Amino acid sequence: MPRTLSEKIWDRHTVTRGTDGEPDLLYIDLHLIHEVTSPQAFAGLKLAGRQVRRPDLTIATEDHNVPTADTDKPIADTTSRNQIETLRRNAKSFGITNFPMGHDKQGIVHVIGPEQGLTQPGMTIVCGDSHTSTHGAFGAIAFGIGTSEVEHVLATQTLPQMRPGTMAVTVNEALSPQCSAKDLILAIIGQLGTTGGVGSIIEYRGTAIAALTMEGRMTVCNMSIEAGAKAGLIGPDDTTFQYLSGREHAPPEELWQEAVNDWRSLNSDLGAVFDSEVVLDATEISPMVTWGTNPAQSVSLNAAVPDPDSFDDPHRREAAARALDYMGLKADTAMRDIAVDTVFIGSCTNSRIEDLRVAAAVAQGRHAASNVRTLVVPGSRQVKAQAEAEGLDKIFRDAGFDWREPGCSMCLAMNPDKLTPGERAASTSNRNFEGRQGRGGRTHLVSPATAAATAVTGRFATASDLQ
Amino acid sequence: MKAVSVVSGTAVPLDRSDVDTDQIIPSDWLKQVSRTGFEKGLFSEWRDSRDFVLNDERHAGAIILLAGANFGTGSSREHAVWALQQYGFDAVISPRFADIFRNNCTKNGLVPAQLSTEAAAELMAAVQTDPSLEITVDVTRCTVEAPAIGFEASFPLEAATQQRLIEGLDDISMTLSHTQAINDYETRRLQWLPTAG
Repeated sequence: MPRTLSEKIWDRHTVTRGTDGEPDLLYIDLHLIHEVTSPQAFAGLKLAGRQVRRPDLTIATEDHNVPTADTDKPIADTTSRNQIETLRRNAKSFGITNFPMGHDKQGIVHVIGPEQGLTQPGMTIVCGDSHTSTHGAFGAIAFGIGTSEVEHVLATQTLPQMRPGTMAVTVNEALSPQCSAKDLILAIIGQLGTTGGVGSIIEYRGTAIAALTMEGRMTVCNMSIEAGAKAGLIGPDDTTFQYLSGREHAPPEELWQEAVNDWRSLNSDLGAVFDSEVVLDATEISPMVTWGTNPAQSVSLNAAVPDPDSFDDPHRREAAARALDYMGLKADTAMRDIAVDTVFIGSCTNSRIEDLRVAAAVAQGRHAASNVRTLVVPGSRQVKAQAEAEGLDKIFRDAGFDWREPGCSMCLAMNPDKLTPGERAASTSNRNFEGRQGRGGRTHLVSPATAAATAVTGRFATASDLQ
Repeated sequence: MKAVSVVSGTAVPLDRSDVDTDQIIPSDWLKQVSRTGFEKGLFSEWRDSRDFVLNDERHAGAIILLAGANFGTGSSREHAVWALQQYGFDAVISPRFADIFRNNCTKNGLVPAQLSTEAAAELMAAVQTDPSLEITVDVTRCTVEAPAIGFEASFPLEAATQQRLIEGLDDISMTLSHTQAINDYETRRLQWLPTAG
C-alpha cells in the first residue's frame, strides 16, 4: 500500500506497535536538550535512580537564557546563571556532550543540529521545544515535547506516541523574487489558522517548496507548530543531500551512497493518501506581516489593519478586537504607515547565514532610522563566524545595526534583550503572542528582508520599497 | 503521577480563544530549576488587571478551568501545566487543546476534557450566569456533567491514557518493561546514523 513520508519514517521507528487505543513505542534517533526544559527531567531521573540510556544520542546546548552581549563575563541574572550551571552539571554527571556559551559549536538548538549534520533524512528527533519541527526540513519526523517526555527519552530513548494524522500542504507555481520562505509560511498559517494542523504531521510539497533552499525549508517547517501541527516535513532531494554532504556528522564517505539511496526511497509514494490536503498558489503570495497576537493574524504588507467587524466568525471578531487593543492599532491603518521602535533579526526561524545575507544585502549602503534600535543575533557561533568571514557584520555595523552573540535572544525575552511595555517591533521570529518579547511589547512577524527594510525606513517596508 | 478519577467542583470561565502557554506562564518563570512554585506565575500578566476573571471572588476555590478553543497553544513548556495544578486546577475544559499541552496534561494528572464547540459554549454561558454551578469531570466515564442544568457531554480519551490517569501510572516504568524490544531495535538501526562526539 502506498505510504506517505511520515508514515514510512514512523513505521521504521516503531519498537512496539500499540493496539486497542494503546500508543506505539517510537525509537528516538536524536534528543536535543537545552537549559530551560531539562532541569526537572534530570531531577526526576536522579530521584528514581535512573541513567541516561543513550548519552551518545543526546546533545545539549545553551541558548534560551544566554546574553547576546558581554558573554565573556558571568551571566548577571543569577536565576539564568543557575539554570545554565545546572545544565552543565547534569551534562557532566550523565556523560552528555554540551556546547556551552562561548564554545565554537554553541547556538540555538535548531540551528546547530542541521549545521553539524546531526539532522538527517528519515530520523526521529525530539527536543523540549516546540520549534523542533524545524528539523523536518530534512525529511525527518521532529517534534517538541514536554519535560516529562524529556525525562522519558533520557531514560529509555523512546516515546509512547499515538500515530498522528497526515496532511499535505501543496504550494504550486513559484514565489516572486520579493517573497521568502517566511512570507510563504505566514501565508500558509493565515490560511490554515492556528488549529488547522492539530493532530497532524504536515508534509509541504509542490514546486514552490522544492525550489526552496535548506534554510528556506527550515523556516517553513519551523513554524508548523504555529498552525497547531505536531510536525512539518519536506521530502529529501538533491538540495538536502548537497547541504548535508561534507558536514561533520553526515554519513562517512564509504556509507554516503548507501545513505543517499535509502533517503531517496523516503518520499511519499505516488498514490499515497493524506488525511487532508490544502493547496496554495505561490504567485498569490506577497510579503507578509502580522497585525495581531497570534501568527495566523497576518496580511500582505500592501494591505491595512483589518476591521474586526470584517470577520464573520464571532470568536475571530472578538479575538481581532482584543488583538488591536493590545497592539495599539486602529482598523484600516495601512501597514506601511505603522512606525516601529525595534527590529529583531534572529531566532530559530530566521538566523541562519542565508537570512543574514538577505538582511545585509538590504542594509548595505543604508542606515537604520535614527529612532530605531536594530538587533542582529546570529543563530550559532558557526553562523556568526561565517557572517564575519563574509563581512556581513561590518555591513550591519555601518548601517547602525547592533551585531550580537548567538542565542534565542529577543524571540522569547528570557535574556536581557526585551521589549518594554508599548514598544513595537518588527521581528523575524515566530510568535507575536502578548508579552512574548517582553511584557507589554508589540510584535509584528516579518521576513529578514522586510525587517531590514523596516529598520531603514522606521516604518513597515519591503526591500523593493527602498529602490 | 497523582491518580485522578473524578473532579467535582466549580469552574472559572476564561472565555478567550488561542490562550497560549506564554500567557499561562510567562517566560521569566521558566528560569526556575524546580518543579514547584509556579502558581504565582499563572497568568501573571493578566492577573495584574482587577477585571481578569481569576480575580473575580465569585470564582474563588474553583478547581476546573473552562477555556476557549485552542487552549495551551505555542511553546512546549510543561511549566504551564504545573502552574495550573499548583494554583489549584484539577481539570481543564476546552473545545480544542494544542497537542503538546494536552500531552503534558496527561503526564501530570491534569484532566484535559475536550468538548464539542456547542457543549463548551453552553457550559461557558451557564458558568458565567451561575459561578456556583457544580461540574463533574469523570475520567472513568469520559463525561462532563452539570446536573443542576441537565448538562451532560462526553470527551475523547485514549484507553491507555485513561488507565494511566486513573491509576496514576508512571510512563517510564511501563516503557522499561519493553527493554528487550528496545535492545532488539537498537541492533537494527542504520549504521550511518549520527552519534555525539
